[in-house]
Amino acid sequence: MNTDYTLAELCICAAAETFRGQGEVLASGMGVVPRLAASLAMHTINPDLMMTDSESWMLSAPNPLGDRGADFQQANETWMGFSRIFDNVWSGRRHALVGPTQIDRFGQSNISALGADHAAPKVMLLGSRGYPGNSICHDNSFFSPAHNTRLFVEGECDFVSSVGYNPRRLPRGHSLDDVALGLIVTDLCVMDFGGPNHQVRLCSLHPGISLEQVRENTGFPVAVSGEPPLTKAPTKQQLALIAELDPHNQRASQIAGNPPGDRRRAA
Amino acid sequence: MDKTMTSSQVVDQLEDGMTIGIGGWGPRRKPMALVREILRSELRDLTLVSYGGADVGMLCAAGKLRKLIFAFVSLDFIPLEPYFRQARQSGSLEVMEIDEGLLLLGLRAAAWRLPYIPTQVGLGTDIVDKNPEIKLVDSPYDEREWLAMPALKLDAALLHVDHADNRGVCQISGPDHYMDDMFARAAERTYVSCDELVDSSYFHAPQQARLVFWERAVTTGVVHIPGGAHPSSCNPLYGFDVPHFKEYSASAKQDTGFEGYAQRYLKGSEADYQAAVGGLDAIRKLPLPVY
Repeated sequence: MNTDYTLAELCICAAAETFRGQGEVLASGMGVVPRLAASLAMHTINPDLMMTDSESWMLSAPNPLGDRGADFQQANETWMGFSRIFDNVWSGRRHALVGPTQIDRFGQSNISALGADHAAPKVMLLGSRGYPGNSICHDNSFFSPAHNTRLFVEGECDFVSSVGYNPRRLPRGHSLDDVALGLIVTDLCVMDFGGPNHQVRLCSLHPGISLEQVRENTGFPVAVSGEPPLTKAPTKQQLALIAELDPHNQRASQIAGNPPGDRRRAA
Repeated sequence: MDKTMTSSQVVDQLEDGMTIGIGGWGPRRKPMALVREILRSELRDLTLVSYGGADVGMLCAAGKLRKLIFAFVSLDFIPLEPYFRQARQSGSLEVMEIDEGLLLLGLRAAAWRLPYIPTQVGLGTDIVDKNPEIKLVDSPYDEREWLAMPALKLDAALLHVDHADNRGVCQISGPDHYMDDMFARAAERTYVSCDELVDSSYFHAPQQARLVFWERAVTTGVVHIPGGAHPSSCNPLYGFDVPHFKEYSASAKQDTGFEGYAQRYLKGSEADYQAAVGGLDAIRKLPLPVY
């Protein structure tokens, strides 16, 4: 078994799985790990994915991260400025992998602000960006480099930027089954919303992480059935592709301390 | 019709309490010279509509805003805009926080002279709960409820482009015009600063005319200010000024705060500003960002 990989690389490979079987959708990875996950998926399990250059062009092959040298020619496919992105978003042909600041038991998330008073937030974050529209129009998955109870909050998010499986907020005539949340990949584990009534469910534990650690660091109950498997280690081929996609090793600075993917040895 | 004017003539046409839209996106292609002219003026109580960057932060810090309509305020590589955060956390700023796409629909509704545009965007989130101005509507065609995004009518729009002629034909030859066309169309009056003022014959070639996103009748005034987007970018002419944004952002943590930044950069004319940031040649050499 390959044990020579970092936790960031493990998360990239685990998160790439969220794009399996999704067909021709725009894979939008916000941040280094999500973008590498989407790029890896396009190179392996789902070559039909669509991808942008994070600026204004759609690409037929993902750009490597960071400085690509003066001679680099990106593989443009069509213009995809921000106004046109919404034509794609509202059609539903997109799957975003995002990193919010709070996620609650419904899968609702927050990147807007912390604190109960929206008129004077305790901590102002970005604002809701495209989260409201993304979450009601297309699939969404989550990545976080720090699985803790500040992220996975006990109550509802301070500001609900994106919809989840919350019956109280369900718009009239809409169904909770219209909400499409995929994986949650963190530095501890992989989860999804496949528990009873869309409850958050543990899918796999990263090597060296216990179920207790996940429970202690999650502000709401997590459904577990049987003995949770280990998150699959990256293959040599995946690691080589990741290295090509991230030649400046930006992934090394995405999870505090850049720990190894298999923490059984470190323990 | 010659629409050229100076930035002070533009600001003279703005009034306290107006709703102003500012084009660009985050740290990209903002009409910052026009923003600096507002900062030098007595204008106040403005309502601002923006895909926000330092335009929002500076106008917040200078106490020019009564209300902000926004989906985000960010400098991209510095994700959190420091003076916008201060204003929000102090509770001094009235806000209408919406989704990026809702902002586009609001501008479209205004541009198309509609009271609202129905959409699913925002349903089920705090966009509905925290914005009493935003209503839900029934559809005559189905049993669902929809969000009715109200028109965001602008008294004025401020934009920056790379090329324009004196009749108000404006070109954005960078890779994205963002929502600038909708800002222009949503506004009663649209003022555009340009890096290069060109003869109308410049647009005769189809590949140049193709990069014009609204008709000249939409443009009220044209201001020739080379480097006028600085410290934001004007792709393909120059990138955004990373060291300058870092200094601006750091000023929020210093005792002198925005006043310190303003003393150094905003007290004189636009020419003084450009001299303080290294001159137009230095601006034009700023590298384009890599994403």
